[in-house]
Amino acid sequence: MKARARRIVNTTMGWLTALSAMVVVLPLILILVFLVYQGASTVNLDFFTRLPKPVGEPGGGMANAIVGTLILVGLASCLGLPLGILGGVYLAESQDRRLPWVIRFLADVLNGVPSIVIGIFAYTVVVLPLRRFSALAGGFALAVIMLPIVLRTTEEMVRLVPASLREAALALGIPEWKVILRIVLPTARAGIITGVMVSIARIAGETAPLLFTAFGNRFWHQGLLQPIAALPLQIFAYAIAPYDDWHRQAWAGALVLIVMIFSSSLVARIVTKGRYSGLR
Amino acid sequence: MKGVQVLGKLTGVIFAALLLSVGYGGSVSAQLLMNGAGATFPYPIYSKWFDEYTKVDPSVRFNYQSIGSGGGIRQIRERTVDFGASDGPMTDEQLKQAPGELFHIPTVLGAVVATYNLSGDPRLRFAPDLLADIFLGKITKWNDPRIAEVNPGVALPNQPIIVVHRSDGSGTTYIWTDYLSKVSKEWEQKVGRGTSVNWPVGLGGKGNEGVSGQVKSMPGAIGYVELAYAIKNNLPAPMVRNHAGKFVQPSIQSTTAAAAGAAKNMPSDFRVSLTNPPGDDAYPIASFTWLLVYKDQADAAKGRAMVKFLWWAIHDGQKYMSDLLYAPLPSQVAKEIEGKIRQITYQGKPLLAAR
Amino acid sequence: MVREGGAAEGLSLLHLARSTRKTGRWGDRLFRLLIRAAALALLGIVLGLVIVMIRAALPSIRAFGWSFLFTSKWDPVAEHFGALPLIYGTIVSAVLALLIAVPLGIGAAVYLSEVAPSWIRPPISFLVELLAAVPSVVYGLWGVFVLAPWLRTQVQPALGSTLGFLPLFQGPPYGVGMLAAGIILAIMVVPFIIAVSREVLLAVPNAQREAALALGATRWETTRLAVLRYARSGLTGAVLLGLGRALGETMAVTMVIGNRPEISASLFAPGYTMASMIANEFAEATSDLYLSALIEVGLLLFVVTVVVNALARLLVWSVGGTVKAVRE
Repeated sequence: MKARARRIVNTTMGWLTALSAMVVVLPLILILVFLVYQGASTVNLDFFTRLPKPVGEPGGGMANAIVGTLILVGLASCLGLPLGILGGVYLAESQDRRLPWVIRFLADVLNGVPSIVIGIFAYTVVVLPLRRFSALAGGFALAVIMLPIVLRTTEEMVRLVPASLREAALALGIPEWKVILRIVLPTARAGIITGVMVSIARIAGETAPLLFTAFGNRFWHQGLLQPIAALPLQIFAYAIAPYDDWHRQAWAGALVLIVMIFSSSLVARIVTKGRYSGLR
Repeated sequence: MKGVQVLGKLTGVIFAALLLSVGYGGSVSAQLLMNGAGATFPYPIYSKWFDEYTKVDPSVRFNYQSIGSGGGIRQIRERTVDFGASDGPMTDEQLKQAPGELFHIPTVLGAVVATYNLSGDPRLRFAPDLLADIFLGKITKWNDPRIAEVNPGVALPNQPIIVVHRSDGSGTTYIWTDYLSKVSKEWEQKVGRGTSVNWPVGLGGKGNEGVSGQVKSMPGAIGYVELAYAIKNNLPAPMVRNHAGKFVQPSIQSTTAAAAGAAKNMPSDFRVSLTNPPGDDAYPIASFTWLLVYKDQADAAKGRAMVKFLWWAIHDGQKYMSDLLYAPLPSQVAKEIEGKIRQITYQGKPLLAAR
Repeated sequence: MVREGGAAEGLSLLHLARSTRKTGRWGDRLFRLLIRAAALALLGIVLGLVIVMIRAALPSIRAFGWSFLFTSKWDPVAEHFGALPLIYGTIVSAVLALLIAVPLGIGAAVYLSEVAPSWIRPPISFLVELLAAVPSVVYGLWGVFVLAPWLRTQVQPALGSTLGFLPLFQGPPYGVGMLAAGIILAIMVVPFIIAVSREVLLAVPNAQREAALALGATRWETTRLAVLRYARSGLTGAVLLGLGRALGETMAVTMVIGNRPEISASLFAPGYTMASMIANEFAEATSDLYLSALIEVGLLLFVVTVVVNALARLLVWSVGGTVKAVRE
């Protein structure tokens, strides 16, 4: 090919790839614009403090759904974080030969399982034996979703802790478990927190597994063994309904949810900002 | 480093506070929470009732999720809820599968309307065979001569008909398909009646809410919804020709007229179909909707709360319905229901004291 | 706990060492037991999931056998279930999504790793990460109120009148349907394809690029010949990962696909995917066989996504890229 033709192709391809990057980013901007445009006007104090009103009556808010999401995330974290972090430490530190490979593989498998399937699992394992929909079932489903993320991130971050630190501690006679708990983990803390925040951002937005576990509740939560409202559930219910007022509230709910999720991700980034220039 | 620590402590405090509030909510709260699920058909009136009832008895809260009659039937069978709700009566096999005897307690009467979305908002009327053939997919355009025949003088657009049906297990579907099975042999053979059927054509919407939502947003759409949903969303509720050959408007009166015949011969378990009844003023697609409760309640406090609510619903609750165009229970039926409620027991003893 | 810096570090470590010499041995053993238990818990959960689902799906498997995969009828009244329309809908929506997302995604990944000036990379990568964080239900909301009406009023009529001779673009413009589902899925899948592709491209050794440049190749030719070709299997892995994600996506699809279990050649027609059917009908399956059939659909979905994901990871790993758990 002639030199000029090659240069033209080169420039064109450069522009095309730039174009794809712009096109990819466009929907995000569109969605955010719509969210703010449609939802911002409905997000007022009422929205954060009131309960939903009966069908067809305007007004009311999503206070119980917002709190419900926070509770479900908290519950999932109580169940999933200890398992995930300890499991991640296992993968990074254990001397066992075959089990870590199996665990790593299974974690990756679990990561790819659609959340609705995890919802089926939680229904069969928690809802049916307890004979009720509950916050516990919802929290369990979310914990199963967050587990592999926390596990793998913890493993990665623990591996990144320099061997020299470990060796120095061991050389001084500190038992291995103390080395891990008091030296390795604190050093990897920022990275682990990133993994935690990312997994929280992920589960806060999950709807499918909550459909038949947490079930939804038009009133305030009443203990862990009762159904509980959740923001994504409420958004879904309102979005497919015909009432215009509910549509407005769905947009507002989506805006609040996105803000919550983005803040989580943002926090994760800020926490790792300074910390990683050294260790990477 | 410091930022991380502060963040960690803050998060911990927030979560701890939330979880404590959950525990607090569970133990100290004097409120009893009753969970129910099922039909979307009566959801507008049920949500009004449950809201009003908190003023009548502040110690109880009813949490109702409108997931469709199929869901109501399933969840009460699994006992994952305290009561179910359905507008399609349970079949004998379904009743057999339940761990205890289930009562069908009628609460209100409602009408299913063939709502549609056409620009210019023409007032249409429908004949039974027309509806069957539209939903069978045999009539595909709005300006079909058969539609024009029943609507002389109305300008019909040359638009494709977009059929919308339920994607979830629905009592409203049961009422609709029950009616179509009665007026169309072809429908009865090809599709049949049920809470969830094999639809020949159409889009699926979730709940009465989903169907009305779809019809409202798609010009040319037609769907079947409970009257309250059409009214609340400014969708038309067209006249349908009834068994006696008269075109009847869905309303409280025509729904009540539909129940008149059945009221005289009410079966003791209240499972009766009101579609296509005789009578000049009867609207042909009406039905009772039932709350499904176990005869033998598992929990004394919940059982008592349930029967008190049921009693309130069939008496005081009936006055909230005119706004939403549900028809009240005929008085003789209400008397029979009273007797049924008295049969609800806890450990063999009736929960409602004799009045 | 541990402050970096020579003497201070040494002193605090020493302090630790002296205070813990006694509890060393059994502490170690206990700790090792604890972390192994955590790992086994994960094993238990995954095994439990598989076992529970197989047990629950058995009645349906026994009743329908292989015909479940090939029958089109989904009839709860007659209690006859065939998952073919669901499988069709899942595959078609996913393939449509990939057709849109793969060129855009790989193009954007190439841009970010090879073409873009360094000041542009962070903001765009940041935006891409944000895109991955948007929950499905919010995409669905946007799909129902913005995308579907736009398709119904502008795009589908236009496509119908110009390309209507193709069976792909026939039928009334509902707005919701396969096309809407494909587009929403594409938007949701693109960030993952970009993230993994970028990793894969960055893993290509610079020596490859330098060799091509030394031979006088333009930047595009370098990318095409040295980088893309080398990373081919890894990029395929990225695509497969996107596929895995698209197959399992539930909420956004449920809100825009039309919920009709039927096979149609047209993109305008409504359809149904395995995940959305489960979401719509699970809480309401009135008979045991119905519920079992739904769980069998879930099992099918599980198996397919696991296989696709495993294949994807293998391919990505073979090029030296990594699929970070964090990204997903």
